[in-house]
Amino acid sequence: MKQTRLLMGMPITVEVIDPAVSAADFDAVFAYFGWVDDTFSPYKQCSAITRLNMGLLTADQAEPDVQTILRLAEQTKQETDGYFDIYRDGGCDPSGIVKGWAIYQAANLLRRRGFERLYIEAGGDIQTYGANADGSQWRVGIRNPFQPSAIVRVIYAGDAGIATSGTYIRGDHIYNPKSATPLQTDIVSLTVIGPDVYEADRFATAAFAMGREGITFIASLPGFEGYQIDQTGRATFTRGFERATHAVS
Amino acid sequence: MRQTSNQLRVNTNSHSSSAAPATNWPLAARKAGLSLLVILGFAGYAYRDHFGITPDGAASAAPAAAPASAPAAPVAAQPEGPVSAAVPAASATSTTNSAAAQAYKDGTFTGPAVDAYYGNVQVEAIIQGGKITQVKFLDYPHDRRTSQMINNQAMPWLNSEAITAQSAQVDIISGATFTSEGFQQSLQAALTQAGA
Repeated sequence: MKQTRLLMGMPITVEVIDPAVSAADFDAVFAYFGWVDDTFSPYKQCSAITRLNMGLLTADQAEPDVQTILRLAEQTKQETDGYFDIYRDGGCDPSGIVKGWAIYQAANLLRRRGFERLYIEAGGDIQTYGANADGSQWRVGIRNPFQPSAIVRVIYAGDAGIATSGTYIRGDHIYNPKSATPLQTDIVSLTVIGPDVYEADRFATAAFAMGREGITFIASLPGFEGYQIDQTGRATFTRGFERATHAVS
Repeated sequence: MRQTSNQLRVNTNSHSSSAAPATNWPLAARKAGLSLLVILGFAGYAYRDHFGITPDGAASAAPAAAPASAPAAPVAAQPEGPVSAAVPAASATSTTNSAAAQAYKDGTFTGPAVDAYYGNVQVEAIIQGGKITQVKFLDYPHDRRTSQMINNQAMPWLNSEAITAQSAQVDIISGATFTSEGFQQSLQAALTQAGA
């Protein structure tokens, strides 16, 4: 069973292979994404993030999940040498960490309901568990940034997180925190494979902000692989990436 | 989590991402020692060069530094047939992967080159049976000078290749969200010609 809905400004797709899944399970997952949007969107007037930015709420008063995100963002900032930073122009925008975290939490919501073969994809970031409908690993294509109907590589994933960051396609949604200006880079797409989508997403975002050196940063992280595409259509990828492109039975 | 009022969606028919057979490209020549020094030197320069500039604003508004030459597409092959359609979703209510509801005139429509911050973006929309069956990039941000210097080198712990279209079937697609303003503007103009 598979459903796609538009939430948080992007299409979110949930597929569960386990036959016991019901419409109620899908409703619960999408309701969770709705709650995440209401709580963390800096564009919603009543969200916790908006109230934090307006000084109507302090971090201490915020609900536990908000405190968790602020803590994870701070941790990521330290782990990426400052390249990941949710504070800009005096405001806080945790979007860069919330998406991967929310996908991971939503996938685990389904796991707690007893489902073992599933994926959730939101805006190109993916968490997979178990096997696909054929009983094989999930086949995840990396979109060609110059020709969105085509793919350039296929990753085989069991329990894994895959996230892609790109400035060109989405405009200037990633900033270089070190100069507080829109990022200038000749990299158009950086796909990261990690142990889960939360980890893959935060490091993809930070590595993308590093420009051409981003793939080197990913190569330095144990348990992560990356595939980076530049403006000319040339890809640079980590040595272990190739392994993830072969099916394991 | 950014709310985009006029978001473009790509319908990825997840079990049928087909494309023409891939072309094999040779790996870039790799050199150790001296070339590593060259790369590091260049990376330092590029870092300063890239991050020292202060552009001001959105993708569509900022001036393009790169010349808008029309480069050859790096993709070796075009997909066969209608494998996708882009749908301008004005309201965020759609929950299906259906194709565009409007009936366009059949044909090939070219949008204008739109400044997209790193260079120009120009797309061509192909309409068949009243639906968008393919969107091609005729131009995209590009800087040969910078790229060629680095392209033929790779770090010892990295590999490099020219991207090629794959014909494999996939379950899911990972990619950056598909809402470049330049892309959107050029596509909207192409669709206007197609007469929504």
